[in-house]
Amino acid sequence: MNIVICVKQVPDTETKIKVKDGQVDHAETKYVVNPYDEYAIEEGLRIRERLGEGKITLVSTGPERVKDALKSGLALGADEAIHLVDEAFEGSDPYATALILSKAVAKLDYDIILCGKQGVDEDHAQVGIILAELLDLPHVSVVTKLEISEDRQAVVAHREVEGGHEAVQAPLPSVITAQKGLNEPRYASIKGIMAVKKKVIPEWNATELGVEKNQAGAMAAKMTFLEVTLPPERTAGQVFAEDPVQDAIKVAHLLRDEAKIL
Amino acid sequence: MLGAGTVAECSAPRPTKVQASKESMFNPSLSDEHKALRELARQFARNEVAPVAAEADRNEEYPWDLVEKAHSIGLINITVPEQYGGGGLGYFEDCLVAEELAAGCAGIYSSFVASTLGLTPLILAATPEQMERLMKPFCAEPALASFCLTEPGAGSDVSGVRTRARRDGDVYVLNGTKRFITNGGVAKLYTVTTTLDPELRHRGLMLLVVPSDLPGVSVGKKEEKMGQRAADTREVIFEDVRVPVNNRLGDEGQGFQLVMATLDKIRAEVAAAAVGVARAAMEASVQYAQEREQFGQPISAFQAIQFKLADMAIKLEAARLLVWRAAWMADQGLRNTYESAIAKAFAADSAMQITTEAVQIFGGYGYIREYPVEKYMRDAKLLQIYEGTSEIQRLVISRWLLK
Repeated sequence: MNIVICVKQVPDTETKIKVKDGQVDHAETKYVVNPYDEYAIEEGLRIRERLGEGKITLVSTGPERVKDALKSGLALGADEAIHLVDEAFEGSDPYATALILSKAVAKLDYDIILCGKQGVDEDHAQVGIILAELLDLPHVSVVTKLEISEDRQAVVAHREVEGGHEAVQAPLPSVITAQKGLNEPRYASIKGIMAVKKKVIPEWNATELGVEKNQAGAMAAKMTFLEVTLPPERTAGQVFAEDPVQDAIKVAHLLRDEAKIL
Repeated sequence: MLGAGTVAECSAPRPTKVQASKESMFNPSLSDEHKALRELARQFARNEVAPVAAEADRNEEYPWDLVEKAHSIGLINITVPEQYGGGGLGYFEDCLVAEELAAGCAGIYSSFVASTLGLTPLILAATPEQMERLMKPFCAEPALASFCLTEPGAGSDVSGVRTRARRDGDVYVLNGTKRFITNGGVAKLYTVTTTLDPELRHRGLMLLVVPSDLPGVSVGKKEEKMGQRAADTREVIFEDVRVPVNNRLGDEGQGFQLVMATLDKIRAEVAAAAVGVARAAMEASVQYAQEREQFGQPISAFQAIQFKLADMAIKLEAARLLVWRAAWMADQGLRNTYESAIAKAFAADSAMQITTEAVQIFGGYGYIREYPVEKYMRDAKLLQIYEGTSEIQRLVISRWLLK
């Protein structure tokens, strides 16, 4: 079975976000594999283990540092990784990113495509879905459990929904986006880490992928960011310490009129 | 410990695998693989070790499931050659892992160090047949080894070993008691320093590999320690234990050199653990100083506190580089007695100073067990005592200078 996994490198969630000139300033940021993509990678590894065979290919688009994310995936046990890199890709929005990925995936053999449900930096949750549409494939998103049929022609993907649980059947190939709870990602092993040294990560650029100038990068964006600001500073809370009954009435009013929770 | 004359080189040393580096110059920067390795150990320490450290310290319970997890990832048996199931890596890589895991908990990590200590004599002097028969099955499953040297009458004075081995056909009959043995109650293999004849002193020493399930092997009660309490430390007692002659490492009478060569190799790892504990204490202090306010400002604004933190950093950075140099030399197959003694003495002494200052910076809270720093201080003390006391290290260093 050919398993293709799309990976994004994101800032470490412990990063202190700095905003400069209306944009996020990443000068001192440390980068990690997107946590939702870790579930996708782990699921790929488990599918290969369950079936007793399979080839796992990781794909990622972004600057040079993205190779570190691909290497972590290789250290976990993926078979190969491909870096989609070109100046023309910089500043791509979710649609353009999905387009770049779709051109790469189209060149590969695939039976199933796994992605994280969203990137924890920008939280669009669009790339996986748009990717499926561009490849004309079915998709199931926000998946917490994945079962592959005996004949490997279909999957049953489970999703948590408001007040319930949904089981969706889809034929393969499909795109599946991973939600937290799908699995517990493993640690890399030391053997895995040392083996990465021998692996070569090929780079595919815009020409090789057939991505036109007007299809990727900041110029092709279908969305414009108007403004980025830090959230308002949290002010100190109010303390009510006079009379329990009177205070309760005051707080109830505030919750209804000011906080608008009631 | 040193007896008459110089400390002779072990006569059949097997150099540990030399890392494939193009330059043979000491390079204090990390490759991508080193960084990934360190990050893995750091994650493991943060997610698996640190959360159980306080509990393990309180209850003195050994967290066996950590050994299983560490084994599956390859965080133990790092320096054992790959063909026998080990990581096939050098002492430098081992030291990177050591610092990270010890920062999680020195007590839990000391079991791993003690295991490596028990395996190192085999790595240095076992025949291929012995490696196949003893090392391979050992590495195949989660297991710990143990180095049995110390006795009631033999601490710093190694030649005072009285555990007696008498030849009887194709076995040695072993009788004696070892004291303060880390992993004493949980080890699968003991590497035991024995003597064929106490009159011969250091020339009579011999190393035997003793599987823990041999009849006549028993363990005493767990010692209740000041620090590193998660580690299982006990007496190990040998009563007429029949050990096959082909479990002997090296030749009869070669034991002393092999013990010395083993301690040379392992010193950097213990020093790396000291760096880990010290770093954890320093990081905790840096954070606390920024949060704790007195006299209208965080105490990190006061020069007295700033200078304490700076002194911690100076010692920490220096200790780490000394460790790296000693480990690098071990991997190059270079004799590193002098350099590793310096690393161990400096790192252990610094760890004690740094952890004590950390308690001081935390003030009253530093003295309360709910806060992590008093544990670091208790854990650090043992680093100055085991694997060669700070005094013995100074003896080694001065002998090297005066030879």
